[in-house]
Amino acid sequence: MQIHKYDTVIVGAGGAGMRAAIEATKRSRTAVLTKLYPTRSHTGAAQGGMAAALANVEEDNWEWHTFDTIKGGDYLVDQDAAEILAKEAIDAVLDLEKMGLPFNRTPEGRIDQRRFGGHTRNHGEAAVRRACYAADRTGHMILQTLYQNCVKEGVEFFNEFYVLDQLITEVDGVKRSAGVVAYELATGEIHVFQAKAVIYASGGTGKFFKVTSNAHTLTGDGQAAVYRRGLPLEDMEFFQFHPTGIWRMGILLTEGARGEGGILRNKDGERFMEKYAPVMKDLASRDVVSRAIYTEIREGRGCGPDGDHVYLDLTHLPPEQLDAKLPDITEFARTYLGIEPYTDPIPIQPTAHYAMGGIPTNVQGEVLSDNTTVVPGLYAAGEVACVSVHGANRLGTNSLLDINVFGRRSGIAAAEYAHANDFVELPENPAALVVEMIERLRDSTGGERVSDIRTELQETMDANVMVFRTEQTIKTAVEKIGELRDRYRNVAIQDKGKRFNTDLLEAVELGNLLDLAEVMAVSALARKESRGGHYREDFPSRDDVNFMRHTMAYREVDANGTESIRLDYKPVVQTRYQPMERKY
Amino acid sequence: MSTPTIDEHSSALDEAEQGTSHLITVTLRIRRFNPEVAAEADWVDYQLPIDPKERVLDALHKVKWEIDGTLTFRRSCAHGVCGSDAMRINGKNRLACKTLIKDINPEKPITVEPIKGLTVLKDLVVDMEPFFQAYRDVMPFLITKGNEPTRERLQSAADRERFDDTTKCILCAACTSSCPVFWNDGQYFGPAAIVNAHRFIFDSRDEGGEQRLEILNDKDGVWRCRTTFNCTDACPRGIEVTKAIQEVKRALITRRF
Repeated sequence: MQIHKYDTVIVGAGGAGMRAAIEATKRSRTAVLTKLYPTRSHTGAAQGGMAAALANVEEDNWEWHTFDTIKGGDYLVDQDAAEILAKEAIDAVLDLEKMGLPFNRTPEGRIDQRRFGGHTRNHGEAAVRRACYAADRTGHMILQTLYQNCVKEGVEFFNEFYVLDQLITEVDGVKRSAGVVAYELATGEIHVFQAKAVIYASGGTGKFFKVTSNAHTLTGDGQAAVYRRGLPLEDMEFFQFHPTGIWRMGILLTEGARGEGGILRNKDGERFMEKYAPVMKDLASRDVVSRAIYTEIREGRGCGPDGDHVYLDLTHLPPEQLDAKLPDITEFARTYLGIEPYTDPIPIQPTAHYAMGGIPTNVQGEVLSDNTTVVPGLYAAGEVACVSVHGANRLGTNSLLDINVFGRRSGIAAAEYAHANDFVELPENPAALVVEMIERLRDSTGGERVSDIRTELQETMDANVMVFRTEQTIKTAVEKIGELRDRYRNVAIQDKGKRFNTDLLEAVELGNLLDLAEVMAVSALARKESRGGHYREDFPSRDDVNFMRHTMAYREVDANGTESIRLDYKPVVQTRYQPMERKY
Repeated sequence: MSTPTIDEHSSALDEAEQGTSHLITVTLRIRRFNPEVAAEADWVDYQLPIDPKERVLDALHKVKWEIDGTLTFRRSCAHGVCGSDAMRINGKNRLACKTLIKDINPEKPITVEPIKGLTVLKDLVVDMEPFFQAYRDVMPFLITKGNEPTRERLQSAADRERFDDTTKCILCAACTSSCPVFWNDGQYFGPAAIVNAHRFIFDSRDEGGEQRLEILNDKDGVWRCRTTFNCTDACPRGIEVTKAIQEVKRALITRRF
């Protein structure tokens, strides 16, 4: 076991982690631990754009953006945080441009902007052009630009290091972050990183669904590490299903395709979104569009032999426009479906895309251990975190914005904290939990296979806690997840080696997915209303009297070692916007 | 405005909408190496049923998840944007997640081996460090002088278009590890590093072009390229890699960029 000491340790090297690293490295001795190589992170898969009210192409302002974000999140957004997001968006985009990001340009040479779902002028009048973009690879450009600037700043990376445990030491009755424990993929060695400040920026949890736009590696490792140490997870029932995933594969086709004029059609060729969202039509918020698609399918207007998908139609757009603005997604249609989007519509279905919930933080990125108490030295930013700027449903282009605004904020706050504070003593035998976890999995002689349990988990999540939920379906999922967690205790792996043991790490990741799936389902069961991405057919209306509040889920272990989930609730921060009925 | 209906379908769309294709049996012939077990690499055959519309990455996952959990490879996004799973499939560098079984003659055994020119660490996993070092050596970041403007720097759409192609690079190493010059001499910067230098040299906002050109004027620099076009053929992002290298060579001669 090796012990390292750094002022600031950042877990994850996607957009949030690297944006934090650029700030933290300038101010403190910083290490970035990532289970991939930085440029493999899933920020690079984001396509459509990054929202900021630059007003480069038409009138816009950050107040409209704030309102759209709050309405998009079905009023579960903390309004102070949304205001920061929208205000700081402008500098966040300009900072990236100065770092070298090659945005598309207007004829005047300014950053070009396009329409995106839920972004409107003057509180919902019409769609506004707010998304700054680089073709349909905006996330790729952000990831590359941030990595380039990490190279420039000399950021120290530990590539292919899996962080598996969060170390917490209680000092004078206060839980403080002491560091993290990591597993080195190349050697199988365990490393303890003692750090004054730790920032989680390890991304989402989408791999507990089967049809998902998420990478294989998005297994909620950061959320699981802090949750197991007794810290809460906020609003985990809110998961976004992006309307346009490639049918059955889930590969993302950007909302920018509809921003450029693409239209959703059912088997009769009807532009069905006109019925569901008369003003914004295909550019209504994602939860609204995903429900509309499944309603069409359920009512027999789906396409294909089984009527189980609809079409994204780009055939009326000039091929030059597709080549210039949407080259990657049209290429995906050619590669994976063998069809030509110039002339054929693309079969799509909603795909599990983004976790609105996560590790609760305040607007400085400080992690909370309950509704108000900060864990000194612990930070989170990006999809792993819940600030909450996305509430019950995130607007498209607000996640690339979130990672930049709150990545930067947490990087500065963590480094300043590290500057002003000393190391916290490591707990006795700091690697014990990880050593035990690794040895149990490596030495297990049980008869269960990782892939079987994972497949069953993904199938039950798709069937029961996706776009439409009821008490019955959620209970089915909770029961199934419980059964899978029991079976997981008997899981065995074939690779017993130390070198690049991805067999072992897949087993560890499955454990994380099971824990988080259970939190999601239990949180969803208790929320007896419909709001944003959480739609209960048995409670189809929003209930502001009983549920205008964030869910806080805690893991509890009783004296017999039995685990359970305790739910608590946290008030929503409301400033100037009163909840209204949400229409697009 | 077109309104597609069921009767107007192209045969390609009909084909794409078929729920399940027939399964075929394929043989994956994988170059296995694990220094914890044996000193030498070896070819191992795996037979499996698969839908020909699936990816080589799906086939590798089937082997790992259902037959032999020790098979080791890198992967993440599974749709050609993260650059983790470059490998040599039937003798050509490709991304396993962008290569469909039906497109690579599944009647014959499909060979899968690690990319060449980088040290193999286990099975299909190679040491990427020399590759990323060459990338870092070309100063792959915007270099500017003077005060920063308050708003964005202006750039015309034409100036932005000038280096568009080389911004697509995902650093998968398919190009560099297909280059015979790189196979023979790992000191050569390789196509990917030059592509990333090109991305900045031809960016109208950048003022570090001279420095980068000097780096690439080195004996291990751009002059080692023998224009075999392997890199262009290998690039999964369709970047005209050889052309970019030629443009850097020309810039070195003319000092105009």
